[in-house]
Amino acid sequence: MDILEIKNITMNYQDINSEVTAIDNISLNVKQGEFIVVIGPSGCGKSTLLSIICGILKPSSGEIYIDGVKTTGITPKIGYMLQSDNLLEWRSIYKNILLGLEIQGRINEETIDYANKLLKTYGLYDFRNSYPSQLSGGMRQRAALIRTLVTNPEILLLDEAFSALDYQTRLSVTDDVYSIIKKENKTTVMVTHDIPEGISMADRVVVLSKRPAVIQSIHEIQFEDITDRTPLLCRKSPKFSSYFDTLWRELDMNETV
Amino acid sequence: MKRSKSEREIFLNRLKYRKYIILLIQVGILAGLVILWELCAQIGLIDSFITSQPSRIVKTIINLSSNDLMMHLGVTCTETIIGFVLGVLFGLIIASVLWWFKTCAEIFEPYLVILNSLPKIALGPIIIIWVGAGMKAIIVMALAISLIVTVMELLNGFKSTDKDLITTAETFGAKKYQVFFKVVFPSNIKTLINSLKINLGLSLVGVIAGEFLVSKAGLGYLIVYGGQVFKLDLVMASVIILAVFAAIIYKIVLIFEKLALKNRR
Repeated sequence: MDILEIKNITMNYQDINSEVTAIDNISLNVKQGEFIVVIGPSGCGKSTLLSIICGILKPSSGEIYIDGVKTTGITPKIGYMLQSDNLLEWRSIYKNILLGLEIQGRINEETIDYANKLLKTYGLYDFRNSYPSQLSGGMRQRAALIRTLVTNPEILLLDEAFSALDYQTRLSVTDDVYSIIKKENKTTVMVTHDIPEGISMADRVVVLSKRPAVIQSIHEIQFEDITDRTPLLCRKSPKFSSYFDTLWRELDMNETV
Repeated sequence: MKRSKSEREIFLNRLKYRKYIILLIQVGILAGLVILWELCAQIGLIDSFITSQPSRIVKTIINLSSNDLMMHLGVTCTETIIGFVLGVLFGLIIASVLWWFKTCAEIFEPYLVILNSLPKIALGPIIIIWVGAGMKAIIVMALAISLIVTVMELLNGFKSTDKDLITTAETFGAKKYQVFFKVVFPSNIKTLINSLKINLGLSLVGVIAGEFLVSKAGLGYLIVYGGQVFKLDLVMASVIILAVFAAIIYKIVLIFEKLALKNRR
């Protein structure tokens, strides 16, 4: 059974002047541990799709199943990371990381131990009493990821999670986050407009059409030449540019038609 | 290495020097004006019956302290603090309720806007008739002047809280009260302190205006009384004490601000 099933999701936005169909009947199944990247022209409804999976937005029609169970709204099985790290400036890193647990009323010895373990494993333990403004962009992003992981979600949703970073930091943070996600064995759906970033991380890339978004194509991304896959290694593989060409052409066709 | 250190020293010295010069000029201006004022009054260039003069103001202040200056200052101080605390408290409660019930905020918006632009002093007679001439009327006056501004300032702050921060909390399943207490309120501490500053100034305006209208005691009363009996020494002395008082409470808020924002940027 697939961990995440997206079934016939359609989303219409209503406003005073018009009705806009952002997503038109999208269905997709995601396997446990898989890394799915969704790309598409800007404004096509990629983020809307994530908001629907996460449960903060109700679709006009269609259902989301997690572990075969239909979801109704926000569930702790899903962790959602937005574009910027959204750390709370007035809380120390440690307090920031406990935010989710605090909200869910799940602060106890076990979860605190887990939080400390994550902080230690991912090199933030020494900074636990620092404030977000004292950390670099990459460390902040890592803290945001730990904040999400600490609530132990089964599925991670990343919404352009790295686009607020400069290019250099972005490359290393991508590597960093990818290895953490793989190590924790999380299923991930990531939305991005950056094709190389998508290829470097994805098991499958889903290309959405422009609005109203439908699934235009799905590409399996495999690097047989790499044993221990990391985003940076993928970027160096000869297969990388051929994937890039295919996807770029497809998006381009999408924009001009 | 040595050369760069001395360069730094020169820079720091210049910075310090500049600071002293500015302070010196600031004090100089005050001292100069006071001396000029005193001299002009001494040689009869200005009529000290109308303008008063520094030496007489000092004498008045010393005289006042021997009788009831402290009492007047105490009255104004008490009224200001009560008005200020009530203004902040009610302002905070009303703004929170309006944030919570969005429709409510929309309904009351035009009322808030009109009340905000209405010169509250115009309400003086109504207030006196409704709550009686006394300390109560003065506090209500202070409240009338400071409350609406506080509500609007805080509500605007609450409303413009970073949406992504709220979404982040919501994805963890935060209830509305959790969103408020964990995100909206703490991210508006700066707004709150700004509105404390404004509120303090306005409370003082309200108290003095109220004392002008009804009181039997307080600095506002002293100023009006001094004016009526043409004792400019008393008026000037009271205004100076009022200025010092305002500066001190403003400084207290600044210290509070520093403490509250210690860990932010």
